[in-house]
Amino acid sequence: MTNIALELVNITKKFAHAETNSVTGVSLTINEGDFVTILGTSGSGKTTLLKMVNRIYESTSGDIFFYGENIKKLKVEDYRRKIGYVIQQIGLFPHMTVEQNIATVPKILHWNKEKINARVDELLKLVGLGDEHYKKRYPKQLSGGQQQRIGLARAMAADPQLMLMDEPFGAIDAITRQNLQDELINIQKKLNKTILFVTHDINEAFKLGDKIIIMDKGEVQQFDTPYNILFHPANDFVKQLIETENIINRLKVLRVENFVQPLTQPTKLADGVIHNDKFLDDVLAKFFETGKKRLVVIDDQEEPIGEISWDQFIQLKKIQDNVVRLDVQKKNIRRVNDHD
Amino acid sequence: MIMTNSIADFFNYFGEYHDDLLIMVAQHLQIVLTVLAISIIIAVPLSLVLYQSQLLSSIVLAILGALYAIPSLAFFAILIPICGLGMPTAVTVLVVYVQFILVRNTLAGFKSVDASILEAGRGMGLSKLQLFVKVQLPLALPSLLGGLRLAVIATIGMTTIAASIGAGGLGTLLFDGLRMDYAVKIVWGTVLAFLLSWAANRILLIFERRSLKKSRGELKTAIRN
Repeated sequence: MTNIALELVNITKKFAHAETNSVTGVSLTINEGDFVTILGTSGSGKTTLLKMVNRIYESTSGDIFFYGENIKKLKVEDYRRKIGYVIQQIGLFPHMTVEQNIATVPKILHWNKEKINARVDELLKLVGLGDEHYKKRYPKQLSGGQQQRIGLARAMAADPQLMLMDEPFGAIDAITRQNLQDELINIQKKLNKTILFVTHDINEAFKLGDKIIIMDKGEVQQFDTPYNILFHPANDFVKQLIETENIINRLKVLRVENFVQPLTQPTKLADGVIHNDKFLDDVLAKFFETGKKRLVVIDDQEEPIGEISWDQFIQLKKIQDNVVRLDVQKKNIRRVNDHD
Repeated sequence: MIMTNSIADFFNYFGEYHDDLLIMVAQHLQIVLTVLAISIIIAVPLSLVLYQSQLLSSIVLAILGALYAIPSLAFFAILIPICGLGMPTAVTVLVVYVQFILVRNTLAGFKSVDASILEAGRGMGLSKLQLFVKVQLPLALPSLLGGLRLAVIATIGMTTIAASIGAGGLGTLLFDGLRMDYAVKIVWGTVLAFLLSWAANRILLIFERRSLKKSRGELKTAIRN
């Protein structure tokens, strides 16, 4: 049975002097080890929701339970030390070296020196800055991407059970962002952390999330797997959101493992295979290369775990057709408006 | 001829009265250091309180600014009936003046700390005290020290006026020189006060620049082998 890491019950936030709620009646459950992305536009309440989890904001009503404990009953500092927090502005301490930045929470927790040093080395290696000379550098002497790697390492210093990430790669150039996303996926697979990751980038949300929370106007529109969101959008808002992306772009961020179907017929590896950590654009390429209508999906041990079929792509195509129609409608509306 | 005589007089005065001069320098420093110690103890917590409220800080800064604008002699005169002549009155007045400089700079220092740095610190579970000691104070320190340097120079200057109410210090030389129409005393008073300010400025600048480099992460670190 999986543990429930986080449970939100009817969470609402209304800021003082605000006319409307920023977040209204959000209830959801996040299992241990889930990588959940929160997708929404600015003003959708996604960041407010995240910041209520580590009590940077206090909820106006409702309760949040962290491994069954109501977070309002926990001492806020102790609670936050169990949670890694990464923000878009990174927020490294400029007067401290990389090493000192990462060691901040372990020092507060009174770890001994050897344990701290070992942890710093381990984390720097994990985030790809293992070279000895990085430890003594100041944040200013690092690039933006490197700084956020350190931000990530610092957040994981005390081995938190939960990671909260608020658009961590939002201010980083596209190529570096892709690398960081890939590495975050690897880190999450390796360490099985529970991650809540806020983003306004639909590709990022689909690429990273095992599950996606789609928010609009302070409410959860859909909380589901990428697959279900694409094929069973809960309402018109979600439908429109997923239709705004070019289909090929969408294929690039959909992981094969989210689309695996049970095997429908006995496996022959000669049928053509695809690894489950690939993306759907790789699958499409494979379909064209092999001329097959069905590929066997294999895992790390090269064991077949299911299949993926051409028919699933036809469904994606149907969604794409809707997009074209919608675009034409929009253009017509715009043209009408232009005449006014 | 007159010129050489004057220079000779100037040095002869030191030969004869160097003990008195040193005592006056010591008195002067005593007043300045007392003022600064009290001022810092008041200004840092006060700035922290004002940091929480924009409204409160503009009110308090306006009041401190108004007090700063009162001429020092008038301020002494107002306080003499309450605190009497001498050091206590001088120190009180100077502490009030220095508050304006120190609070303004310290507050600016706290405000200059990037909000995202504080949020990251809070988010990782630093308590208010830890956040203050580990993050806010080191980052606000250059501005705080800049204010302190200005305050020291202003205090050294204003302390000379405090001699008019019998607080002692280098101002005694100036007022005596004026009364006796004895230029040598006036020049010694001026030179010593200048040297004190200059030395204080140089020394505090070293600390200020160091703290600025530290806060920006520009200090060279020793690479351990």
